[in-house]
Order: sequence, then structure tokens, then C-alpha cells
Amino acid sequence: MAAVLESLLREEVSVAAAVRWIARSAQSSEDDPGEAAALSSLQPLRKEFVPFLLNFLREQSSRVLPQGPPTPAKAPGSSAALPGRPGGPPRGSRGARSQLFPPTEPSSTAGASEAPSARRGGRRRGPGPGRERGGRGPGGLEEGVSGESPPWAGGRRPRGSGSPGSPSLARSDPPNLSNLEEFPPVGSVPPGPAGRTKPSRRINPTPVSEERSLSKPKTCFTSPPINCVPSSQPSVPDTSPWGHGLPPGCRSLQEEREMLRKERSKQLQQSPTPTCPTSESGSPLPSRTGNLTAEPADPARVSSRQRLELIALVYSSCIAENLVPNLFLELFFVLQLLTARRMVATKESDLEPTPEALDSLESPLFQSVHDCVFFAVQVLEHQFQVLSYLDKGTLKLLAENERLLCFSPALQGRLRAAYEGSVARVSLAMPPSAQAVSFQPETDNRANFSSDRAFHTFKKQRDVFFEVLREWEDRHEEPGWDFEKGLGSRIRTMMGQLSAACSHSHFVRLFQKQLLQMCQSPGGPGGAGLGEAPDVLSMLGADKLGRLRRLQERLVAPQSSGGPCPPPTFPGCQGFFRDFILSASSFQFNQHLMDSLSLKIRELNSLALPQPEPSDEDGESDVDWQGERRQFAVVLLSLRLLAKFLGFVAFLPYRGPEPPPTRELQDSILALRSQVPPALDVRALLQQGLQARRAVLTVPWLVEFLSLADHIVPLLDYYRSIFTLLLHLHRSLVLSKESKGEMCFLNKLLLLAVLGWLFQIPTVPEDLFFLEEDQLDTFEVDTVTSGHGLDGMPVVDQHLLYTCCPYIGELRKLLASWVSGSSGRSGGFVRKITPTTTAGLGAQPPQTTQGLQAQLAQAFFHNQPPSLRRTVEFVAERIGSNCVKHIKFCQKKSPGAVRALLPEETPAAVLSSAENIAVGLATEKACAWLSANITALIQREVKAAVSRTLRAQGPEPAARGERRGCSRACEHHAPLPSHLISEIKDVLALAVGPRDPEEGVSPEHLEQLLGQLGQTLQCRQFLCPPAEQHLAKCSVELASLLVADQIPVLGPPAQHRLERGQARRLLHVLLSLWKDDFQVPVPLQLLLSPRNLGLLADTRPREWDLLLFLLRELVEKGLMGRTEIEACLGSLHDTQWPKDFSEELATLFNPFLAEPHMPEPQLRACELVQTNRGTVLAQS
Amino acid sequence: MILTKAQYDEIAQCLVSVPPTRQSLRKLKQRFPSQSQATLLSIFSQEYQKHIKRTHAKHHTPEAIESYYQRYLNGVGRNGAAPVLLELANEVDHAPSLMARIILERFLQEHEETPPSKSVINSMLRDPSQIPDGVLANQVYQCIVNDCCYGPLVDCIKHAIGHEHEVLLRDLLLEKNLSFLDEDQLRAKGYDKTPDFILQVPVVMLCPLAVEGHIIHWIESKASFGDECSHHAYLHDQFWSYWNRFGPGLVIYWYGFIQELDCNRERGILLKACFPTDIVTLCHSLA
Repeated sequence: MAAVLESLLREEVSVAAAVRWIARSAQSSEDDPGEAAALSSLQPLRKEFVPFLLNFLREQSSRVLPQGPPTPAKAPGSSAALPGRPGGPPRGSRGARSQLFPPTEPSSTAGASEAPSARRGGRRRGPGPGRERGGRGPGGLEEGVSGESPPWAGGRRPRGSGSPGSPSLARSDPPNLSNLEEFPPVGSVPPGPAGRTKPSRRINPTPVSEERSLSKPKTCFTSPPINCVPSSQPSVPDTSPWGHGLPPGCRSLQEEREMLRKERSKQLQQSPTPTCPTSESGSPLPSRTGNLTAEPADPARVSSRQRLELIALVYSSCIAENLVPNLFLELFFVLQLLTARRMVATKESDLEPTPEALDSLESPLFQSVHDCVFFAVQVLEHQFQVLSYLDKGTLKLLAENERLLCFSPALQGRLRAAYEGSVARVSLAMPPSAQAVSFQPETDNRANFSSDRAFHTFKKQRDVFFEVLREWEDRHEEPGWDFEKGLGSRIRTMMGQLSAACSHSHFVRLFQKQLLQMCQSPGGPGGAGLGEAPDVLSMLGADKLGRLRRLQERLVAPQSSGGPCPPPTFPGCQGFFRDFILSASSFQFNQHLMDSLSLKIRELNSLALPQPEPSDEDGESDVDWQGERRQFAVVLLSLRLLAKFLGFVAFLPYRGPEPPPTRELQDSILALRSQVPPALDVRALLQQGLQARRAVLTVPWLVEFLSLADHIVPLLDYYRSIFTLLLHLHRSLVLSKESKGEMCFLNKLLLLAVLGWLFQIPTVPEDLFFLEEDQLDTFEVDTVTSGHGLDGMPVVDQHLLYTCCPYIGELRKLLASWVSGSSGRSGGFVRKITPTTTAGLGAQPPQTTQGLQAQLAQAFFHNQPPSLRRTVEFVAERIGSNCVKHIKFCQKKSPGAVRALLPEETPAAVLSSAENIAVGLATEKACAWLSANITALIQREVKAAVSRTLRAQGPEPAARGERRGCSRACEHHAPLPSHLISEIKDVLALAVGPRDPEEGVSPEHLEQLLGQLGQTLQCRQFLCPPAEQHLAKCSVELASLLVADQIPVLGPPAQHRLERGQARRLLHVLLSLWKDDFQVPVPLQLLLSPRNLGLLADTRPREWDLLLFLLRELVEKGLMGRTEIEACLGSLHDTQWPKDFSEELATLFNPFLAEPHMPEPQLRACELVQTNRGTVLAQS
Repeated sequence: MILTKAQYDEIAQCLVSVPPTRQSLRKLKQRFPSQSQATLLSIFSQEYQKHIKRTHAKHHTPEAIESYYQRYLNGVGRNGAAPVLLELANEVDHAPSLMARIILERFLQEHEETPPSKSVINSMLRDPSQIPDGVLANQVYQCIVNDCCYGPLVDCIKHAIGHEHEVLLRDLLLEKNLSFLDEDQLRAKGYDKTPDFILQVPVVMLCPLAVEGHIIHWIESKASFGDECSHHAYLHDQFWSYWNRFGPGLVIYWYGFIQELDCNRERGILLKACFPTDIVTLCHSLA
């Protein structure tokens, strides 16, 4: 492969032709015949060029970036290093995989012993057992970005970890001599030595501290600890960085390195001061801080400019043609070169390139920091277009980078312009919603359940689910807390109650809705927003110490972030849902969940996102695109979340820590798996998406789904064809192509970012990207026919890009660490809050009126059916854009439209709020458009006019509740029934005793009490039937006590009895209350109950006059009939009375009963019938 | 009316082993003149209920019941007009109404062929005139009217207080033009958990010292004092269930609560001792 580079360097072949040659297998007519000839001879190596180039650059830079910030993953090894490719089928040849994903076990001996055999045979089989990321248990995935050991670590090789004996040696799978022998470069390459020295090129033994090698692979990507660097790093010169000086027959590179290292450390111990590294000019550099202070870079001291320019051009062209797997990884690498601190000192002889070596690869490409920076700036110049779409913070850091300014003032100027011109293309942050899924009667009430039992069981389950969720929220960050231990059994008990299939579907709906609600919003706890600033802001807005404490923790804790290629994680709340699924370990639940997720994905994926009408006048208005983008973002983020969980559940049974150990086992697994139909026909959806030009919607979620696949999945024909489609798409997304009908730039960038990320996932075979080319060439998707799809619309904005691909933010962190000089610190970069990013963030602290109102509107929609929100937004959208066109206004049209669209039974208050929100949103949209297009003056007038109109309309007076029987004039000042019952109870207690000698009731109090009772019975505002019944009963008891003269009256000790006249007056009041005011039946028969009548038996002398008075009055007022009284008196005979009392009773009642009947025969007859009926009922 | 935990503990300390009589209440009011009577009564009642829950079992062993019944029989045998049952209850530190129930149940077991049903007993306690024995009827009645923590009358008062405060709250909501669904409407729609009121359009409650307002979707009225025990039970059975379905809401403990319990504000459960004054509603226009 070096042959190609060399022929480029010798200008035998133009860069353009070379790139054309690499990108397409067929020769183009543009090619010069001479070039064609030169290249055609290299034809068999064509596909191996890019991997070779990428590895070449990484190796060349290894002296510069040994201990600096993380070096991104290497590209897959040159295909020369792919063992077995010529012979075996592609799926079997995964040897070079280990370059990308070194064994996680840091066991050096294993790695060391493996390497030679691999080199010899070139058949090292696939990834080693430890290749899977450390810490991942079977079935589980890494935690989110919290925790001291970053989960992404272990996946990518840190540049600095290549100490002798470390896994990096094992990984340095020999770029396989045999292959080069099979395809000998014709003429251009010094045959033997170049090929043979290749292994050594890969192995640049970068000195690494002991700690480094001991540290778990999980902490890859962090920089080595500060304290070890100064001593070891500068002191180990790389004696053979390019393969010079290493005898071809060197039996073990590691041994050699090890010896050197020992020798050096001996020297070190002898001299306490580390040897001063020298730059090529020989000037001493500060030694102690040598690794922290960057070496100044000087354009004048760049060696072999031409060669660097040329390679930068080739490299940039490969990037531009999407020949590299991951665009942002390459940018990251380039920025690392830009910010390289210093060069590892080498022998002087190495630093003096011999003239004849200048145009070959024999001499080092980067001979100094100056070279690195020069190269980086060259590449950045070519990549300016992509850079200009990065976030403002990154642009600022780039524009302020002094090296960049020094090497290319022109580029700096363009970046500065881009920074200044960068409008905050950030969609309005959606407020995080950690609320519970709202209860919707349409889907959740009793009618939706098979039985009462199922309904109530589900009621309990909903509560248990949220209880578990709250406990998780409170405790999951506590050290030592474990999900399974803390919640596992409770979850399983709850799941155990879900017996009926119907209950499962209810629970799954709740689960899925809650998942979407908690994890979907980008600003929410589930996802990272644009940088860290939005988080910080939203946290500062909180009023609680807890949040401030959390904020503080985040600020002091070392930032743990995924690096440029983090593995799939379940950050924040997503972790809860993942752990819930794992702990529940319910087959039924998983199946229902997959069904439900698949359905929702299909639904959202095919959602006809409303397209702005092609405007007849001046193209689309921005009003429309804002709404469009927001809706697109919501749908896309939902889809990604759902697909991630679908992938997680669907591949859960197959997930294991490592791929099958033998080929035979793998084949049998493949045979089995290939007949299992996919959980969701994602291939069909992808094909449809490509055809309908909706790749920008379909591919990002598909990538999430595939990222959770197990090791076997990419080997299955079904999924392999999906990868083929994706590779084809990836290749076609050339950013520089901007013609009509092309995909929008940010849409492309999003797809490139997510696809690039997918190609780096551990379970995706590393050779896949470079091997599928044959199929690519023959594969074409017919996208032309379907015309204007989502892909051609500016639906992706910067905010969405960063939300979906937070790892792009690593570029900014890298640049920021350069500024802060902290790149050498262990534990990663220190998280910084960049004050500049506070501008342009949508999140307003909610204490403002607007904030409150927005919060309220959100809350309002939360408990309404989702259709209401969609309707309101739809109306606002349409009316808003209409208004812009016709300058009419919004408050007249919106309510009508909302009213027309919502169901008739919508409550008035809900309707009115919905209308008002629609008016507000429409006005806002109109104003937003106006503010962009018309002067502020007019805008103010428009707003004023709107609010004037609204004020004039005034709020609708809400309907007052009915008066519940009060008169219209009633002021509801009557005493409360509870108070009266309590007061009467006290009187009864006093009367019944026991009581203290000084206790008693004043007659005035009794009168007052009855007066109050009258008021309460007339007001009725607070009266409920049970209270009235008790009041009625108590009043009868009171009457009995009055009749029996049993109420202890306060007053002079001699007179403890109520005057007869007073008693009569009180009874009169009671009679009138019974007759006129009580609306419940008064149990007057209690007056003649044995117990109450018995009260009279205890008095001496017995006075019957009050009783007779009362009975007469009752009859007279029609409150009781004589027959009723007769019946009561009759039943008194059943009771055992003192003999004298029975006699008195008889003598007294006979005359009463003998009195002439009231002249109301009909009434009595009626009473009689009622009594009889009552008796019959009672008996039955 | 919002008490600190320390203030509350001081009151609760005075209520250990105090019988639920009007005399006890009177003393309590004298001891804490600055507290509202309703609050004191509510605390008294709740503390007493806790005490009863703790000791309930020991009064219901067959041996205990037999011993109480014999003492009752002996007592009324000597003097049927004396407050035998009430004094027995006070003596063994049990609620008079509950003691009346024990004795009545035991009495009916002895005098009826079939063991008495719960509803028969309840009905007799509500209306002692139905008790076949005149002396027992009087004794039971005396227990009921003298018990300020248990019994049908107390139950009715509590129910009435609850109802009155719901009415009060409803009127306040109407006054503020806030539209709502009440418990009955919610039940008719098939809701499985029903707070007193769900606001059809949520409001924000502003707090004097807080930066943020609090969204309120539902309001629950509690005509009692919010102590730890009852509040935790309510949280588990009601408030969290409401939150789980309708989002954040407001609980009004009309007779106050322990300040320290108001710790779930941020989560979405707010406590107040009265209707909040500083409420922001959804305005007519967002623009």
C-alpha cells in the first residue's frame, strides 16, 4: 500500500486520480493513461489503501500523542493485516478487529505470547475473549456516563497504553507479511524491508507509567496520571520509530523495548533530574513541565512541507469521499495533532531526513510538532465546511487557537466569521418532564379491563411501578446501592401479578409511555443536551439544595464522557428502564414490550410529518421550519429511544460477553439464528425509508437498534444486507455535493455521525466497512423516483445533531483542554462551564411570567389526551403561518379552529385553555417570523393590538355551582354542622353523666344552640345527609332529656332544673325545626322508646305534662299520627318497668288515646298504609 | 397551625395515657392556649388512635373479654345507674365506645341464638334503643356520648368536618374561577383513584422564598392535622397514587401539619394549611 503513497509522493499519480481510484473500482475516463497504468498495477490493493493510510497516520503520530488526550481508535488495520481474507469467507476473517478493540484484559503476558503466533500465521482468530468491553455482564450494558470508571473505556486503545507487554502489542497484529508477499507491490516499494518493517511501525512503544499499565482498560482514553509522566516519558527515546534500526530478524520487539525501558529507568534512577528532551534544534525545553507546557509550533520549521501537503490532501479527499468509517473520529485525530504538546525526543540521526528519503515513506512523516500542526491545519482547511457547522463553542475555541492562527490566518479568519455568523440554530429546549404518565379514562378505566380484579390489580401495579421508580431516583446514586438487591424482588412480585395478557399490555403501555416521557426530551435527565451548559442552567434554576448539591458534585467530579466513539449506553433514567427489564426477567413482559415498541416504531416511522406548503411567493417562511424541526426532533428522538430498547430486549437472549469461541460453534449458531424472524422487519423499513427519501428519520433509529445487537447479528444474511445498505448510504453522503434534490447538509452530517459511530461498535465486525465494497458497487437504491422526501428538508438542526451525537462535543472538550492546559491530568478533562454558551440556550429560568406560563401550558397538556396537544399545535402552526401571509390576526381564527377540531364533549374550561394556548402560540409564531423580518416597532404594535383585543374579550365568568338548597340571599354564615353535632353531643354527655359538680348548661346556651341549629338547617351549604340525620337524632334525644327534666342547668345550687316554661319554649323550637327545617326523616318514635321513656321512670316526682304536651303538639303538627304513637306505646308493654311506672303510664296514655282524632282521615289512612308497607318491608 | 416537629412532640408528650374525655380536652386547651382547639383536638384524636392501635389486641383476647364482661355484670348488678361501663373503660385504658362494643357483642352472644353480625352491632351502637337490655342500652349510650375519639357520633362529626372542608374548598375554587372535576365526577368517568378535586387546567402556586412555582394538578382536602403517621399512610394510599396519575398536586391539612413533612415539594406533593393565596393561572395569551 505504501506503494500508492509513494507514487503519489513522486507525483506519478495525481491526488484526484488516486482518490477516484480508491473510491471507484472502475477507471474513470478522466484519468490520465499514465496514472491509470500506475494504479491499475496496484489494483488488488485498492481496498486496502484507506485502512493503510489511517493506520499509517496514527503510527506516524504516535510520538506526538503518546500521553496526550485519548487517541481515537485506529481504523481497521490495512487489509494486508486481515488474515485469512484471501482464503476464508469474509465473515470469518476478523483478525484485524483487535486493532480497534484490544483485549480488555490487561494481562500482558497473554497478549505478548499471542502476538508472534499471530504474526507468523496471520490466522489469529477473531477478537480475543476479552475483547468485549470490560465490566459488561451477560445481558447488561454499561451504565451511563456516571461513575468513576467510564464505561466507554476499554473499547478503544488509548494511545498511551502501548507499553511493552501491554495489550497493544497483541493488537499490533502483524500486518501480515504473507499478504504482501501474495500481492507484491510492483516496483514502487522497496520490496522486502518495507513490508517486513511494517510490524515495527505499528508498535511504537510509547512509554507509559506503571499505573497506566495496571489501570483497567476501562479507563482508556484518559490521559496517564500526571505524576508519572515527567519521569518516564521524556526519558525513553524511541530508537526506532519508523522501523529503522530494527533488524528484520528481531525476534521479539517487546523484548527489545523492555530492555530499553529498563536501561532507561536505570539511568533515571542514577540522575534525579530527568534528561532534558531536546527539540531538533537542540534548544533545551523546560523539563519538569515539559508535558504540560506545549512546545510552540512554528510554521517556518516545518520539514518537508510538500509531502505533508500531499498526504493531507489525500487524507482529506478520503474523508470527503466518506472512505473513512468515521468522519468525526478523523476530525478528533486531526485536532489531537493540532493540539499536540510536544514531540518525543528521538535520536538526532532520525531527525535529519536524508534528501532522497523526502519523497518516500522511509523518513518519518511528522518530524516535529511543527509538522503535526502544519498537517492538521492543512486538513482542517479542507474540512472547513464541516467545521463551520459545529457548535459555537467549538468554533470559538478553534478560532482562538493560536497555532491555527499562526499556521493559517486565512482559515482562522474564516472560522472567526463562521463563529460570528453562527446563529443559534438550537431548537427550543423542551422542558424536562419527569412526571408520571397521566391517567386517561379512555384507555385506563374499568371498561378496559376484563374484571374488577384485573382493574384493581393494575391500579396497584401502577403505584408499585412509580414507587420503585421514585426509590430508584432517590437512591441509585448512593454508593453501594444495587438495583437488583434494592428493587428486584418487588418488581418480580409485581410482575407475577400480571397474569392476564390484557394486564400485560396495560403495563407495557404504561412502561413505554413513561420511558418516552422521561428519557426522550433532550434537556431532560435522560439525555445530554448541547454541551453541559443547559444542564447547569436548568439545575441552577432549581430552588432546592439537593439539586445544588448534585450540581456541585458534577462540577467537582472528573468528567466522564464517552470519548469520540462511546459504546451504546443507557444514561440517566434509561438505566432504570433497562434494569427494570433485567430484574423483571419476565418472558411475557419482554414479548409484550417488543410488540408494543415495534408497533410504536412503525407508527412513528411512517408518521406523515406535515410538510410546509411550497410557498407561492418567497419560498418557505421560517415560521414553518421551526415547527417542522421541532416536531421532527421529537419524533426522531422518540424513535431512537424506542429502537434502542427494542434492540436491547430483542437481542437480550443472545447477548453474551464474547463471541463464539470456535468456527464450528459460530456456524451452528448462525444456522439456528438465521431462521429466527427479526423482531421487527427493519430491513423493509430501511428500504422504504431510502426509497421515500426519509433516511434522515429511519437511519438514526435503526443505528440505535443495531448498536445493541449481539456478536452474531452482523453475520446473519438478513442483517448483513442491512449493513450493506447502510454502507452504500454512507458512501453516498458526500458533504460537498450540494445540488438540488440533494440531502440537506446537516441531515447528511447527522447520518454520517451516527453511521460512523455504528461502525465503531464492538459487535460490528471491524472489517465490515472495508469488505463490503464489492456489493456496494453493484448495489443501487432507486431514490430518484420518489421526489421530495424528508431528506431534502432542513429538518435537522445543530441542536438535534449534538443531542443525537453527544460525542461530537468531544472535539470541543479536546480544544478546551488545550486551552486549559489540563490535558495531562488523570481522570480526563475537567468539566468546564463555558460562559459563552449561556447565550442562545432556549431554557429560561421559569420564575419569569413567561416561564411560568410555558410551564403551565406544558402541565396542562400533560393531563389531557395527546390529541388535544396535537390539535392545538396544528392550529397554531397553520394559523400562525397564515397570519404571516395575510397579517390577520390570530385570536379570531384560532379558537374557532380549535373548537371545530376538538370533540364536542370537551369541557368548557379545557376548551378555553386550549384555545388560548393556540392563540398564544400562533401569535408567538407570527411574531417570531415578524421579528426576523419586520422591524421591532411593528412587532410591538402587533403584540399590543393582540393583548388589547384579548383584554376586551375578558375572561368568561365561570358557572357558579348550584346553591344546594340555600336561599339566594344566603351568605353561608351559619354554624357548621360538625360544630353543632359536637355541641349537642356535649350537652347529651353532661345530661347522661357522669359530670363534675360544677358542670352544667345554661338555658341561654340551649336556646342559642337550637337557634344555631335552625340557621344551619336553613343554610344547608355545608350540610350532608349523614350529618343532618345525626342532628335529627340528637335533637330527639335532647327533647327526651328536656321532657324528663334531665338537663343539668347552671345556676344557683338550689335550682338545678330547667323551668317548665323554658323547657316548653325549647320544645316548641324543636317542634318547629322538625316540622319546617329538617329535610331528612326525624326519628321521633325514639321519644317513646323504652330507653328515653325510661328516663322519666328515674325522676321523682314524675312529671308527665311535658310529654303529653309534646305528643299533642306532634299530632297537631302532623309530625306523628295517633296510630304511630299507639304502636309505639303498644311496644312499651314488652319492657319490664317498675310496677308504679307502668300504672302511671297506662292511666296517662288512655285519656290521650281516647281524645278525638285529628280531622284528617286521608292522612291517617295514608300513614297507616305507609306503616304497613314499612312493616312488610322490614319483615321481608 | 404549622408546627415544628419539636412543638408537635411537646403536645404529643402531654397526651400519653390520657382518657378521651371532655375533661382531658379541657386540660389540654389550658396547657396550650396558643394552639387552635381544632388542631389540639385533631392531634389528641390521632395520638389516641395510635395508642388504641397499639393496645387493641390485648383488649380482645377471650380472657380479657370475659373478665370485662364479668366486671360489667358485677357492676350493674350492684348499681345499674352507675357509669359502670365508662369507668371500666377508663380503668383499663380503652376507648369507652370500643369497650361498649366488646360488652355488647359478648352480651348478644349470650342472649341470642346466632352470633351477632357486625351490622347489627353497629346499628345498636348508633341507636342504643335497639339494645334489648335497658341497662346495657343506657350504659352503651353513656359510653358513646362521653367518648371524644371513637363511636358513631365522633365518626359523624369527623365525616361532617371533612365534608365541610371539601365544600369550603369547592367554593374557593369556584370563587377563583378554576374549573375542576370533583370526586364524584371522576368516579363516574371510571378513574381508579380520585382526589377531591382535579383541576381541569393546572395552576402554579408561588412560594415566597422559592425561585420556582409549583404546578398543581389536583387538590386533596384533609380536615385533620398532618402528623407523621397519618401523612405517611396518606402518601402511600393516596397522594403518591394521585401523583402517579395526575402529576404534582396540593394537600391542604386544614388543621395544620408538621413542618418537616413538607419535604416532597420538588417531587410534586405540596402541603398547605389553608388555600394558597399566590396562584398563577394560565393566562389568555402567551404572547
